[in-house]
Amino acid sequence: MSGFNKVVNSYEEALEGFKDDMTVMIGGFGLCGIPEGLIEQVYKMGNKGLTAISNNAGVDGFGLGKWLEKRQISTMIGSYVGENELFEKLLLSGEMEVILTPQGTLAEKIRAGGAGIPAFFTATGFGTKVAEGKETRNIDGRDYVLEPSLTADFALVKAWKADTMGNLIFNKTAMNFNPMMATAGKITVAEVEEIVEPGELDPNFIHTPGIYVQRVIKGDSFEKRIEQRTVKA
Amino acid sequence: MALSREQIAMRVAQELEDGFYVNLGIGIPTLVANYVPKGVSVMMQSENGLLGMGEFPTEETIDPDLINAGKQTVTAATGAAFFSSAESFAMIRGGHVDLTVLGAFEVDQEGNIASWMIPGKLVKGMGGAMDLVAGAENIIVTMTHANKHGQSKILKKCTLPLTGAQCIKHVITELALMEIKDGAFHLVERAPGVSVEEIKEKTEADLVIPDHVPEMNV
Repeated sequence: MSGFNKVVNSYEEALEGFKDDMTVMIGGFGLCGIPEGLIEQVYKMGNKGLTAISNNAGVDGFGLGKWLEKRQISTMIGSYVGENELFEKLLLSGEMEVILTPQGTLAEKIRAGGAGIPAFFTATGFGTKVAEGKETRNIDGRDYVLEPSLTADFALVKAWKADTMGNLIFNKTAMNFNPMMATAGKITVAEVEEIVEPGELDPNFIHTPGIYVQRVIKGDSFEKRIEQRTVKA
Repeated sequence: MALSREQIAMRVAQELEDGFYVNLGIGIPTLVANYVPKGVSVMMQSENGLLGMGEFPTEETIDPDLINAGKQTVTAATGAAFFSSAESFAMIRGGHVDLTVLGAFEVDQEGNIASWMIPGKLVKGMGGAMDLVAGAENIIVTMTHANKHGQSKILKKCTLPLTGAQCIKHVITELALMEIKDGAFHLVERAPGVSVEEIKEKTEADLVIPDHVPEMNV
């Protein structure tokens, strides 16, 4: 079984081979379901020139907001990115390129990348700025835009539980972009809250099969910061 | 009297049918959930991966792993399901959501909508709005009829970058419920006490006015 043991014991080991100018996917929706420790490790290593693919770009001082502090991202691909002042500054000064992508198209580009589909047609964005310069086609009377898929050198995902073989289960809406990203990374690293032995997770309820996951690390601690703390009146 | 935000939401809620799966955008659309008619059951879809959004949690039940698309902490309703973002937009793009309610900066008589970008201001992104307007058959746009300076936002042609082309059929403002068809807005209902003349005056687009325009029941 040792060939299937994906567990690594340090963040250094988890990110071995991570280099400048790589393309990296980072799971999460806002600050929900982000791989906090892996993000921190990339911040510590200080790699530059990264193309970061993530729905959002964190907040000032937390999540991907940390990478912005060290100007680690040269190109950001996401759907909604302006929750931090530093981001705005880097965008306006031209220090960082931003490719805004409709959220569903972004999810599908990643899903397609992991599934070996190079591009797909979607009606989303037809007739808007998103379609500028892209091939379009009318199929059965409706217009569609050709969207190329996305893959990455590294995919950094956050799961709730893993077994040592890399089978993953996510928790509630902390799932979001993580399952697709897990399939689209050449090296997928899953940071999880709990690691169990093979057989302890019910095969009926695995969200991401271990074939997609190269490394599993148990996170030191998760802050799980809440962006909009809202309670019943 | 022009409708309040709550009254706009109340009028939208009258369009909810028992068994509908509904996606509500941020702002006035979110308020629609407060006015679901008696005897009508709906399931709210949140595009970050939740079908069956419940009410806000208490301090005791708050869970950072359970949020809505506005990044607010929420709960899951009985019968809810969690899924990935790809699955979520398969529901939306595939036309499985019965009703989508969202806001807009401008709508025009061709059914075009602009809601995500004002040139010269910081662009935060379109989020899921472009997917929602491209995927839904049944969309209601809630918006104000004119801007602060009194300029109409119900236009012959949108001036701002589009979110979607030729996809909007129903618009509810503080003044009127309108349907877009055959290249024009058609006045369907007016807010209680608001005259047809006032609506006409605040509408830049071509507006078709029937002989009788009933008042909304809100």
